[in-house]
Amino acid sequence: MKYVIKNGSVVFSDGVRPCDILVEDGKIAKIGENLPAEGEVIDAEGLHIFPGLIDMHVHLREPGYEGKEDIESGSKAAVAGGFTQVCCMPNTNPVNDNAVVTTYIKYRAEKVNLCKVNPIGSITKGEKGEELAEIGKMAAAGAVAISDDGRSVMDSKIMRLAMEYANDFNIKCLCHCEDENLVDGGVVNEGLNSTITGLKGSLRAAEDIMIAREIALSESLDIPVHICHVSTYSGVEIIRSAKARGVKVTAESCPHYFWLTDDVIRDFDTNTKVNPPIREEKDRQAIIAGLMDGTLDCIVTDHAPHGKKDKQVEYSLAAFGISGIETSFSLSYTKLVKEGEMTLSQLAERMSAAPARILGLEGGKIEEGGVADLTIADLAAKYVIDGEKFVSKGKNTPFNGTEVYGRVAYTIVDGDIKYSAK
Amino acid sequence: MLKTKDLLGLYHTSAEEICEILERTAHMKELLNQGKKSEKTLAGTALLTLFYENSTRTRTSFELAGKYLGAHEVNIAAASSSVQKGETLIDTGKTLDSLKVDFIAIRHPLAGAPKLLAENVKASVINAGDGMNEHPTQALLDMFTMREKFGKIKGLKVAILGDIKHSRVAKSNLFGLSKLGAEVYMYAPATLMPKEIEKLGAHVCRSMDEAIEGAHCVMGLRIQLERQKGGLFPSLSEYSKFYGVKDAMLERADKNVIVMHPGPVNRGIELTPSVIEGENSVICEQVTNGLATRMAVLSLLREYRENNL
Repeated sequence: MKYVIKNGSVVFSDGVRPCDILVEDGKIAKIGENLPAEGEVIDAEGLHIFPGLIDMHVHLREPGYEGKEDIESGSKAAVAGGFTQVCCMPNTNPVNDNAVVTTYIKYRAEKVNLCKVNPIGSITKGEKGEELAEIGKMAAAGAVAISDDGRSVMDSKIMRLAMEYANDFNIKCLCHCEDENLVDGGVVNEGLNSTITGLKGSLRAAEDIMIAREIALSESLDIPVHICHVSTYSGVEIIRSAKARGVKVTAESCPHYFWLTDDVIRDFDTNTKVNPPIREEKDRQAIIAGLMDGTLDCIVTDHAPHGKKDKQVEYSLAAFGISGIETSFSLSYTKLVKEGEMTLSQLAERMSAAPARILGLEGGKIEEGGVADLTIADLAAKYVIDGEKFVSKGKNTPFNGTEVYGRVAYTIVDGDIKYSAK
Repeated sequence: MLKTKDLLGLYHTSAEEICEILERTAHMKELLNQGKKSEKTLAGTALLTLFYENSTRTRTSFELAGKYLGAHEVNIAAASSSVQKGETLIDTGKTLDSLKVDFIAIRHPLAGAPKLLAENVKASVINAGDGMNEHPTQALLDMFTMREKFGKIKGLKVAILGDIKHSRVAKSNLFGLSKLGAEVYMYAPATLMPKEIEKLGAHVCRSMDEAIEGAHCVMGLRIQLERQKGGLFPSLSEYSKFYGVKDAMLERADKNVIVMHPGPVNRGIELTPSVIEGENSVICEQVTNGLATRMAVLSLLREYRENNL
C-alpha cells in the first residue's frame, strides 16, 4: 500500500516544516516538498503531523477488570487520542507477573490490531513486594519494562535485586513512588484542602522519599531507573539534581499534574481522586518547569478507566484514577504549547521520542526509512471535554467542561489509518 | 431564609444564615422553657435519622427535635439496614426518597458522605457529623451557648483544645465563629493539628497558656482512645498532663469563662472532673441548646422547602 500525505506541517525534532510524506509498506518512504501523488492522497492542509504518540503508562484492565476497560476499548480510545503505542501496567487480575499473561495481552492486542500494545510485567509476584516475578520469561514474551505500579516495592533490598536482575534483560524498573507507611490511607494531598474537606491527606514526603530511594539505588548500582507520575515540586528537584550529577534517571508526569491544583477536591468530586494526589500550585508550576527543561522526560496519562460504580461513592471509598488517554494530547498542547513556552518539537519529544528512547521502542521520530507511525492533528480545532463522549469505557475525568485546542485528525500505525476524525 | 435545601457544613453557610439559625434557636429554646413540646411546625413531614456511627446525644437530640415539632420520626441504624448487604449510599438515598422522607439527619464516618447523599435525594439532608469534615449543628449549638452567655459572638476569644485534627466539631466551630467575628485559638500536639489550619483563620498556639489567656470560652474535644495506638501521642497520662484542662489554668481565662465539651467526655483526660462539674461548665446546657438548635434548623429547612421546592 502506498499513499502520500500532502500539504501538512511536519513536526521534526529540530522544527516544523511543510513537507509531504510518502508512506509505503508501513514505512516512511520519502519526505519532501511537492511529492507526486502516488496512490491515495491524504490532504493534511492546515494540519500538523507528529511522530506517533506513545503513552508508556496506561491501564487497559484486561485480563480481569473488563467492566472498566478491555484491550479493545482501550486501544480504540488510544488511537482516538492520537496514540500509536501504549505500554500497559501489570495490575490486572491475574497480575501480569508471568509470561502467560504477557503473551495473552500481546495476543489480544494483535487481534484488536489498532495501536501497538507493549505489556509491562510486574516487579514482584502478585505486586506483593516480596519475591521477584519471572522477569526474564516476561521479557522474552515481550514485556518492555517492569513495574509494581499502584504501589512501591517497600523492601529496599527487593527493589535493589529487581533493578540488578532486570538490567541483565535490558529492561528498566518503572517506579511508582509512595512510602505506604507514610501514606497511611491518605487519599488527597495533605495541606489546606485536606484540612478544609476532612479527607485524609498524604504528604509530599511520602512520594519524595521513594523517589530519593530509587535514585539512591540507581546511583549506587549504576543502573538506569524510571520514576512514574511525578506530582511534587520537591520530587522534580530531587530528579533534577540527580540528573545533574549523572544519575541514569528518567521521569514522567501527567496532564492532571500540570493542569490542576488540589482546590478541585473541595467539592468531593471523586473524578479528582488519583494516586499520587493532585497537589498545589507550586507543584503544578514545577511540573511544567520540569517538562520544559527536560528534568521530566515524558508525558504519560496514567490512563486509569473506572466504571460509574467505582466512582459514584464516598470519596474515601472511590477508586483512584483518571481516564486520560483521549484528552492527553489536547491538554498537553493547550497548556504547554498554546498557553506556554513549549515548542511543537519539544511536545513531540515528550510525547513520542522520549518514551521510545526510554523503553527502546520503535518510532518516536519522522524520518525516511522509519516506521510510519504518525499522529495528524488539527491544532486550531477547539472543543470542550465531555467524558460521556469518551470511546474508553472509563468516563472518569476531572476535565469535563474544560475548553482545549488540538483535535486528533488521523492516527496512523505501521502505515494503516487506525483512526480518522471524519 | 436559608439558601440551600441542605445543611452540610458551615464552610458554605453565610454569616446571615448562621445568625438566622441562632435567632430561631432562641425562639425554640423559649418554647422549650415554657414546656411547649407539641408545636406543629413540622406537622405532615417525616424526619429520618441515618446513623452509620454510634451516637447518643446527637441522635436523641434530632429525634426529639423532630417529635417536639410534630414530624413523623424514624431511625435507621446502619448496622440494621441494607448497608450491611452492600447497598451504596446513593441507592439508600433513592430508597429513602421513595419512602417520601422530608429530612434526613445523617452521621457517617467518611467526609463528604452527606454531600453525596444530598446530591442524590429530594429530601433535605442535615449533616450530623461526617468523618473529619464537619458537624454543623454542634457548632451552631456551641455558638448559641456562647451568645447566650456573652450576648454576642464578635470579639470573643475561643480556645479549642485537644484532637483538632480528627475533630469535625473544631472545624465547624472555626468556620462559624470566624464568620461571626470571634477569634479562635487552637492548641494540640502537632500530631493532632491539621495542616495549614491557620490559613482558615485559626491562631495555632504553642502553649496551653497562650490559648487560654483571656479566653471567654474553653472548649475541650474528645480524644478517641485508639489514637494512642496509632502513635499520635505516647500515652493517655502524658496527653492529659500536657493537653488536659485543669482548674488552675482557668484562672488565666476571662473571669466569666465558660467551659464547653461536645461530649462524651473522657473524665480526667480532656477535662478534670472538677472542671466538668465546676461553675464555669456549661456542658449540660449545651445539650439543651442542641435540642433547640436542631428544632431551629429543621423549621428553617421546612420553610426553605415550602418556598422553593
